[in-house]
Amino acid sequence: MPAYLLQRLVALVPLLLGITLITFVVMHLAPGEPVEMQTAMNPKVSAQARERLREFYGLDKPLHVQYLNWLGRLAKLDFGRSFAPDNRPVMDKISERIPVTLSLNVIALVLEFGLAIPIGILAATRRDTLLDKGITLFVFLGFAVPTFWLALILMYLFGVKLGWLPISGLHSLGSDKLHGVAWFGDLARHLILPISIATFGSLAGLSRYMRSTMLEVIGQDYITTARAKGLTERVVIYRHALRNALLPVITLLGFSLPGLIGGSVIFETIFAIPGMGQLFYMGVMSRDYPLVMGILTIGAGLTLVGNLLADLAYAVADPRIRHGGNA
Amino acid sequence: MSFKTSYFYSIVLRRLRSNRFAMAGALVVGILFLFSFLAPYITPYAPDTLDAYRVLMPPSAEHWFGTDELGRDVFTRMMYGARISLKVGFVAVGIAVTIGTAIGLLAGYYGGFLDSLMMRGVDIMLCFPTFFLILAVIAMLEPSIWYIMAIIGLTGWMGVARLVRAEVLSLRERDFVQAARALGASDLRIICGHILPNALSPVLVAATLGVAGAILTESALSFLGIGVQPPTASWGNMLTSGKDYLEFAWWLSLFPGLAILVTVVAYNLLGEGIRDALDPRLNR
Repeated sequence: MPAYLLQRLVALVPLLLGITLITFVVMHLAPGEPVEMQTAMNPKVSAQARERLREFYGLDKPLHVQYLNWLGRLAKLDFGRSFAPDNRPVMDKISERIPVTLSLNVIALVLEFGLAIPIGILAATRRDTLLDKGITLFVFLGFAVPTFWLALILMYLFGVKLGWLPISGLHSLGSDKLHGVAWFGDLARHLILPISIATFGSLAGLSRYMRSTMLEVIGQDYITTARAKGLTERVVIYRHALRNALLPVITLLGFSLPGLIGGSVIFETIFAIPGMGQLFYMGVMSRDYPLVMGILTIGAGLTLVGNLLADLAYAVADPRIRHGGNA
Repeated sequence: MSFKTSYFYSIVLRRLRSNRFAMAGALVVGILFLFSFLAPYITPYAPDTLDAYRVLMPPSAEHWFGTDELGRDVFTRMMYGARISLKVGFVAVGIAVTIGTAIGLLAGYYGGFLDSLMMRGVDIMLCFPTFFLILAVIAMLEPSIWYIMAIIGLTGWMGVARLVRAEVLSLRERDFVQAARALGASDLRIICGHILPNALSPVLVAATLGVAGAILTESALSFLGIGVQPPTASWGNMLTSGKDYLEFAWWLSLFPGLAILVTVVAYNLLGEGIRDALDPRLNR
């Protein structure tokens, strides 16, 4: 296992470099120098900020030197200061918002897998029944529904029409006077809609994937053997089939992360949740370059960490990977 | 295309025609094309004429889907919005498919260092939350429909590249490719004449499904105000005003969203239908 871990960690290095290179390229997409762009587009940026930016990126130096300098700063997690009036270090602004986004996404991820796995098993074991067809229909709609539209519909139904749930922010006005259970209840009520939306986003794809891996496993010889031995269907499915069907699903854990993090821009903006996605959106709208670049790099970095965790989980679950050596 | 391949595709087409769901999808896509081309002849209204006396009118016989906050006919704007969706879908996917196919062909055919370099590139691109990458690029440039299409295409080629590469890896060892090589055919000729035509099937499926994805992405961008800019109508930016008037005018939110949903379902049905028709063995 330590050898495998080391191997995965070494493989991360070129990916990390690639991420920084692409981010660097994106930064230089702006016509002319980013500094001049600011001057032309945004009179709000003071001469002082412009000078600081120029210095920060070392824009008078050749490109490869700029890139290396930038890498050096990244290694210290120094993304410069925000263009916003508060002028705070980008890293501070991001790190105070990461917990919100991360915990929302982790809850969504748990719910997603918690729902998709039973749905997939159900559809696979009752293949071609009305239930399976119903699930297929649901999956098709789930693939196609724009999450932001679904959010609007739910806001209208539960927020406006029925008035059951709050539709923006994380806390009600005056919730700071609440304590313990009441405070938590208030938070939970605010989270119901955003988390439902975040979960629904990838539920469809995941259940479909679970169904097909399950079907594949059920077709294997050892399942036929297990049935021939006279084991009950329950034992066959949950003891023999499920374990093997779950393996490929673990890989999806890593794959679904970029989608979730990217999706947080949408639901955090709609529901006014003070997370990284909303910060990113505000940064894009106000052309706060250091902030945008910082979040882009961190978002990709988080995905990388997620993929690593999924790889490790896979190795724990499947000894063939652990001992196989050349994975 | 040779006699053999065209015969193959006529079989595929026949299989596709017998698939009710795929045909329903094709029908919806056809209707959308009609709407977007014939919009000026179907509706008496213009997409951006303001009418201060008919602001936020609920659906009626004159205005089937009601009017928006500036008195514009929602149904008319949706037909013009269909143009945007179709355009974005096809251009973005065209870009993604071209890049993905080229990279997949080169990586799969030549293998070795070029292959690992290109596939690491794919891995790197896949690390970025696509939506973040798109937003960051737009923040650097101006939000315009051409940039949007280009960016959606430039961030969506990785899947196609992997598909094509996998296909090429198995094709290049086949007898007919070996035979062509033995006869002294150039790499270019082998790639374009023998490998590409045989690797196109999965690309066709990915492209059809990709159109659906591109339409969803564009609508989300436009909804957030960084995609197609008003007054040009797109389903996404129509929903933006839907959100502002959620409490007074449900029709502003309902109909454009349904249009996106139906269109995406249609493309997905068509794509799945094409997949089943190309390879009936995969048929569940």
